[in-house]
Formats: sequence, C-alpha cells, structure tokens
Amino acid sequence: MANFPLPLADLLGHWGSYGVYAIIGIAFGMTLESAGFGNSKLLAAQFYFKDMRVFKVMFTAIIVAMTLIFLSSSLGLLDYNLIWVPPTYLWPGIVGGLIMGVGFIVGGFCPGTSLVGLATGKIDAFVFVLGVLFGIYMFGETVSSFATFFDSSNMGRFTLPELFNASYGVVVISIVVAALVLFVLAEKVEAMVNDKPQQRLPGWLKPAAGGLVALAAVVLIIGQPSNEDRWQAIAAESEAKLEGRAVQISSGEFIKYRDDSKIKIIPLDVREERYYNQFHLRGAVHVPLDQVQAKARELQFEPANTIFVTISNDEAAATEAWKILKAESVPNIYILEGGINAWLKTYAGDSISDEQRVYNRQEDQMAYKFNAATGSRHPAAAPSPHLLDLKYEPKVILELKRAPTSGGCG
Amino acid sequence: MSQAVRAKPYLNPYLAGTLLGIVLFLAFFITGSGLGASGGLNRLLVYVQNEVNPQHIDQVAYLLKMAGGNSNPLDSWIVFLTVGTIFGGLISGILGRRMKFETNKGPQISNPTRWLMAFAGGALMGYGARLARGCTSGQALSGGAVLSVGSWAFMFAVFAGAYALAYFFRKAWN
Repeated sequence: MANFPLPLADLLGHWGSYGVYAIIGIAFGMTLESAGFGNSKLLAAQFYFKDMRVFKVMFTAIIVAMTLIFLSSSLGLLDYNLIWVPPTYLWPGIVGGLIMGVGFIVGGFCPGTSLVGLATGKIDAFVFVLGVLFGIYMFGETVSSFATFFDSSNMGRFTLPELFNASYGVVVISIVVAALVLFVLAEKVEAMVNDKPQQRLPGWLKPAAGGLVALAAVVLIIGQPSNEDRWQAIAAESEAKLEGRAVQISSGEFIKYRDDSKIKIIPLDVREERYYNQFHLRGAVHVPLDQVQAKARELQFEPANTIFVTISNDEAAATEAWKILKAESVPNIYILEGGINAWLKTYAGDSISDEQRVYNRQEDQMAYKFNAATGSRHPAAAPSPHLLDLKYEPKVILELKRAPTSGGCG
Repeated sequence: MSQAVRAKPYLNPYLAGTLLGIVLFLAFFITGSGLGASGGLNRLLVYVQNEVNPQHIDQVAYLLKMAGGNSNPLDSWIVFLTVGTIFGGLISGILGRRMKFETNKGPQISNPTRWLMAFAGGALMGYGARLARGCTSGQALSGGAVLSVGSWAFMFAVFAGAYALAYFFRKAWN
C-alpha cells in the first residue's frame, strides 16, 4: 500500500509520467470508439429507447471498475483514501447535469465521445467540440456572477456507503445486482420499441455476470481494511520512526513553521476537553482521541503544504492519534515533542507558581493546573519566536501529497 | 472484396463496457485519479486565451488558477489524457475501418441544422460540465465507480435532462 498511487513522476520524470496518461487516454479513446460512441445518432438512440448502448456501456464500465477498485482495496493493493473521489457539490452538480442532459439530446455527444467522433472524421463531432470550447469559455467569463451558487452545498468527499450508512461491500454488490437487473430490462425495452424479437446475447455474458457478482461477494465478505488493518500494514516502518524519534518535532520547529507563510500548520489537540479549556496552543483544533479517525477524511483535503501536529499533555495520546492518522494515509503528520507539559515548561515556566504544579501525576496528565479556562489567551499559547533562542534538530520532511488533487475534469 | 472495405461492426456493448471498466480501473490503480475529457479541453482553451490575451487571464480568478503568471495550462496530465483519447479514437477508427467524413443525424434535418444543433449542444455541455465540475467521463463514470454521492446525483440529472427533452428533438434523430 505504501506505493499507491505509483510515484510516476519519480519513476519516469515529470513529462515521462504524462506518457502514462497519454497511454491511458489512448486505451480510453479506443474503447469509446469501438463501443460506437463516435456516432451521435447511435448515442441519441438511447433517449428513444431504440439502442440503450450508452446506458449498457456506462453501467457495465462502472460496475466492473467499481468491483475491481473495492476488491483491490479489500486486498490491500489500493488505498481508497488516496483515490480521487470527486467532491460532492450537490446542487451545482445537479443543475450542471441537467444542462448537460439537454446538451446531450441537442448536440448528440458528451465531451469524451465527441473527441473520438472528431478523431474518426465526424463533422458534427468537430462542430460539437467547438461548441464545448465556447461553453467552457462562457463559463469562465460568467462564473464570477454566481460564485456563491457554484461553491454551494459542498459536502466534500461524500460516498454512497456514508449516505446509506451501509458497508462498502453491501453498496458494491447492490449496485452490481441492480445494474444486471436493469440490463435485462433494457434488452426487453429495446425489443419492444424496435418491435423485434429480443437479440440473442453472446454466450459468455451470463458467466461473466456471475463472475462479477462473485467478485462483489468477495468484496462483501472480506470487507474494507479497518484502521487497525491499515496500521498493521505500515506498523514496522512507522514504529521504527517513532522509536527513532524521527516524527516528534520540538516546539522550536513548530514555531518556525507556524510563522512560515508558505506552510500551513494545523495543531491537533487530542486531549480531553477540560485540559483543552484550561490551556491550548493558539490555532489548535480540538479533536478528542475517539474522533481522530473520523477527522482524517477532512484532513486529506488540506493543501499539500500542510503540516499536522498531534498534541497531548505528554506524548502518549498524541502518539495514538499519530498512528491512527498515519494509518489513514494523512500526509505530513508529526507529534509535538513532550506535548503541552514540555511546552508550558519552556514558554510559561517563569510565570507559573508552585501551587499550579501538579505533583505525582500520571502519564499524559497535565503537569500544571489553571484555575480558569484560559484557553489560548495565555501568553504561552502563542509565544514570540524571539523569546528564546530556538535550537532544534529539524525533522519535518515535507512529503508531496500522494493523493491526487483533481480528477479528469479539473 | 467489398466485404474487406466495409466498416467493422461496433463491439457488443457489454464487452465494450467491460473493457472501458478495466481501463477505468487501471487509471485509478496506476494514478489514483480516474478518466476525464472536459478538463483537457478546458486547458487547451485557456492556453489559447493566454496566448491571445494574457492580461485577461490574470484578471479572472477562475482562469488564473490554471494559467496565471508563468504557469503553463498544458502542463497537466489531463491534457495528455485528452490528446491520448483523440489518438485512441483515431487508432480504433482505422482498425475498424470506420474513418469517414460524415455528419450523423436523423433523415429529417439538413446538415447545417445538425451542425447548428451540435454547436448549441456542445456549448450547453461545456458550460454544464464546468458548473458540475466534470463531464460524463470525469464525474459520472469515474466518480460513479468510486461511489461519490455527487457523481451519482449528477448522472441521474444528465439522463433526466436528456430524457425530458428527447420528445422535442425527436425529428433531429429519427
């Protein structure tokens, strides 16, 4: 899993990696053309129930790709967290979809199919592509007038299993079965509309459909890897980093990045609420340990120049949180060395009275007590970097974001 | 001999769909992102705009992201995917002996009418694809396979829009 997605740019160079995309594009274009998608009349026939090719090809592709993706994820070959899932902007998506549906019946193509139409000499496809370019141009010119709508109903990375509160396996097998039922119906409808006997289907079709259902059943049975499974896959390498103190950054390094405008640092305070209320670093986000895993999804959306730092009173809870987030493939994640206790000792040591010290404390309890909910109003919550001469061993190595930041339409 | 030059029939749709599904899976497996088409066209357009009127690019936030300052809008994998798609269509068209300059339409409309419709439909497609942050390939196909809620809602909207107006355009296609 460590090598997903393939580090193409490292292997082949910047432009070399683009060669891989060109090859994928060629395969894409070949399948589209051989499916008949270069022919607008054939595409439009879908909407008169005469030839439901568009539906059949699209849904076959979706169920095949979906089953293979989630099977690979079940087997630990692919990391679903690092897969580009188009974020859900519900209403712009629906309105845009309706406009495109109208464009489909008027123009006879969609953008991908018009490209292969163009390539095979279809004049209507060429004119359609010019229309697409004009539409895109008009969008660029007008989007600022409805920017609020364009950015509305943003639900981020939101998946069907989350919507239905079902497991990925259940959703995958349900979609496969539903699509197969719809294929049977589509064949009947075609025969009815064309007033012809139902076409004989190739002999391999039923076994292939059965095979796909079987693969989907495997996805259902194995399930998707849990956080624990994901941790086990990287435990050896990651434990070594923890032991070697390669990921525990000092407060000095923390402050350096806090003040670096090119870096976004997000302190994740994983302590209990009472501790957080007593004192926390300015800008710290409160994420109790039991909510860390749920937070991981959101953190994936932060820009590539983001550093996450888990914080607890000492290091125990912060290390737990680090493991959870590491297992969820969150990039650039570090632990604040010595936690809040070391921080207060460094930056508030002089101002803390003897009565405030807690003696005989347990691991990961706060070493100081505050009589009021000081929060981040305490001077030590955001110390000036000039206060102390900060000497530290730099440990942060910015990892380029592995997860793709855009899909095929970005 | 006449058999030899006749265009080969299109693939069985379920076979074509299976192949397309495997290509889509490989795209995800190798790169982590799916397929797309409108993104590449978008960047080609921005490239031309940037050559013609770079000042304009620097004034529109939406365009600035792709071509502001010294960034080259063609320096993106989506562009290569799109160029590859055109070449793939060409290769398949040659292999299938389906290369032919023609305009596909119903028998009741003229070529210029069809072209006008193609342009208007294309413009709606292009506009809608940017609004929906993706086209049938990038949103419906790729997002559908990785179970994005928005992609499924989008897909139903596309089919709904086309079916809703199909009756009014029946002469164009039948």
